[in-house]
Amino acid sequence: MAKIGPRNEMPRQDPQVRGRNFNEVALGYSAEQALAEAQRCLQCKDPTCREGCPVNVRIPEFILALREGDMWRSVEMLKDKNNLPAICGRVCPQETQCEEKCVLGKKFEPVAIGRLERYVSDWEIGQGVRKPALAPSTGKRVAVIGAGPAGLTCAGDLAKLGHQVTLFEALHAPGGVLIYGIPEFRLPKSIVGTEVQYVQSLGVELRLNNVVGKLATVDELFAMGYDAIFLGTGAGLPMFMNIPGENLNGVYSANEFLTRTNLMKAYKFPEYDTPIMIGKQVAVIGAGNVAMDSARCALRLGADRVQVVYRRTKAEAPARAEELANAEEEGIEFHYLTNPISILGTEKGWVKGIRLQKQQLGEPDASGRPRPVPIPGSEYEEEVDMVVMALGTRPNPMVFTDTPSLERSRHGTVVANEENGRTKRARIWSGGDIVTGAATVISAMGAGKRAAADMDAFLKNPDQEWWVEPSAKPAHE
Amino acid sequence: MYRITAREDLAPVTKLFKVHAPEVARKAKAGQFVIVRINEEGERVPLTVADYDRESGEITIVFQEVGKTTKQMGTMKVGDEFASFVGPLGQPTEIENYGTVMVVGGGVGIAPIYPIARSLREAGNKVIAIIGARNQGLLFWEDKMRSVSDELIVCTDDGSYARKALVTEPMKEILSSDHKPNIIWAIGPAIMMKFAALATQPFGVKTIVSLNSIMVDGTGMCGACRVEVGGKTKFVCVDGPEFDGHQVDWGLLLDRQRIYVDQEKRATERFEQHAHGECCGEGK
Repeated sequence: MAKIGPRNEMPRQDPQVRGRNFNEVALGYSAEQALAEAQRCLQCKDPTCREGCPVNVRIPEFILALREGDMWRSVEMLKDKNNLPAICGRVCPQETQCEEKCVLGKKFEPVAIGRLERYVSDWEIGQGVRKPALAPSTGKRVAVIGAGPAGLTCAGDLAKLGHQVTLFEALHAPGGVLIYGIPEFRLPKSIVGTEVQYVQSLGVELRLNNVVGKLATVDELFAMGYDAIFLGTGAGLPMFMNIPGENLNGVYSANEFLTRTNLMKAYKFPEYDTPIMIGKQVAVIGAGNVAMDSARCALRLGADRVQVVYRRTKAEAPARAEELANAEEEGIEFHYLTNPISILGTEKGWVKGIRLQKQQLGEPDASGRPRPVPIPGSEYEEEVDMVVMALGTRPNPMVFTDTPSLERSRHGTVVANEENGRTKRARIWSGGDIVTGAATVISAMGAGKRAAADMDAFLKNPDQEWWVEPSAKPAHE
Repeated sequence: MYRITAREDLAPVTKLFKVHAPEVARKAKAGQFVIVRINEEGERVPLTVADYDRESGEITIVFQEVGKTTKQMGTMKVGDEFASFVGPLGQPTEIENYGTVMVVGGGVGIAPIYPIARSLREAGNKVIAIIGARNQGLLFWEDKMRSVSDELIVCTDDGSYARKALVTEPMKEILSSDHKPNIIWAIGPAIMMKFAALATQPFGVKTIVSLNSIMVDGTGMCGACRVEVGGKTKFVCVDGPEFDGHQVDWGLLLDRQRIYVDQEKRATERFEQHAHGECCGEGK
């Protein structure tokens, strides 16, 4: 094996500076850095990196084209399997996917596939995105409900295959969690806008402000002539802890806090109309990516002190290592093995503190992680004026009230086959967080992609048997 | 975009718009709400549906100019468009034949009470209606309400028009009379609904209120609108907006409505300075 140099670092904004602005933290490779990193790829005959990718991106091919200076071919290879590479290059957990499988990683550091993906897609955006060749029209109409990662992917793939796709979105902007949840400093909204425009350029009709179920129901969509429906409405229902004080002024669900900040641009108040409370002493409960996003938004909005409170240890924290590191660098405090037991309020109903209890790790629970066990007598209080609950989300039950014929799991998710997205109701497919519960952008995209392939096959041969029992194999993570 | 097709100034600060939103108009029912957004910088504001016309595809909304967004809406004209007009959201009113019903509209709450009264009347109920406002200038739709009620009582807090009384006075009188209603709807500012619910509680008559909490998405996603009803946390946007007024934690609702008073004041002042600057040709 030839001598392999270290991974090329990607420039980032200085932590002291970026903690007070909403500009993107990671700045992307220069052409020289990208080329140097691309040179590290071994171009394996049997590339294991692709197995690690939920949408099976042609990784060695796009890297080879980049290395040979054929940028358009690199773009073509990248987008062959992925409609939204500029997004994936930024928010995919590559360290547990493609990069984890990279052969180089066994002895050295893996190729920085995500950074290269970002470089190539940003290059394309700089040039002006080109529309690929489309299959001839099939005359079939598909309704895709929810313009998040699963829906955008599904819609894009179906349009490329020649189907006429309408993409329905309840909010006033497309992107789902990409637009309301993930902050500007991690995923600029202009990038989401460009990727959505690309999907529209494939012929997808986007209908915003359209709450399916409240307007047309799925039955009415079929009656209107849609041949198939994909349901990708995500996991939008926020969870709370049901502890005293949770409805005080100053307690936000992470969904509300992030939606105000990102979708509604409350960080630009009063230029933008939507207000947000500026907490000076903020506690964020939870240690997933959403908790990191919330903590880092609170800091940027003007907090003096932001504490992340998590009942297990750093080792169990569900956030990406990179996001934990980013938050630490920016001065976010972490209180592991700690759990809130109540939120304290003023007489007028505002948060003034939080009562916490230390935990120790016990036997593994259903999730396989050690169960946090409260330590009696370890209670203490911290002065805070804002609390953000980032405990995870569940599918919005509205889906079931408005589409009662769908089968619902114990966890409130839609029952669907994980390999092809089929629900128990004929001609309705589903995928993404609504099926798996809150997971990653890329796993939702993978589900949208697999469903699109099956929908295409079904639309070309609609006489097949409908339901196939779900396999025991877990969904891609 | 969603075009304003008609505008009516019901009172100096109370405006009515008809908005062309055919899909919403096809589905809207009494008791539901829409979320509007003026423009790209706009906030999402929930407004109860005041009427709908399935044929013309119009939704009627009524709003009072209280903050920045509603004041800005007050400057919109026929032909102007909303960037967003989402609905119909929330659960519709449970309309059935209850026998005798009482509907109470306070101030801008007269607008949402109207389609409820109409639907209840169409379902065969005897409708006793009470409408009230702080003063004559804030009162509207007396004729419309009369057309859908068997009996209509009008009052103003200051006695500038009709009977001088808070709506709770005639409510209690009717509850003490021999045509006591089987169920009541009371809609208006939170404080009015609180006192309406308190007034009816001793009579043991179920009193439905329509809560006007702060919202963002309006589809159950954010939880901004959470209230406590019967000791349980509920989301007004998906579980409501109508709830049993005797079960609502009014103190919590009133506190939560005040979360953004400071920001709202700042935004309103800024808007008024800009509006003033424009009309007088001064710099912003």
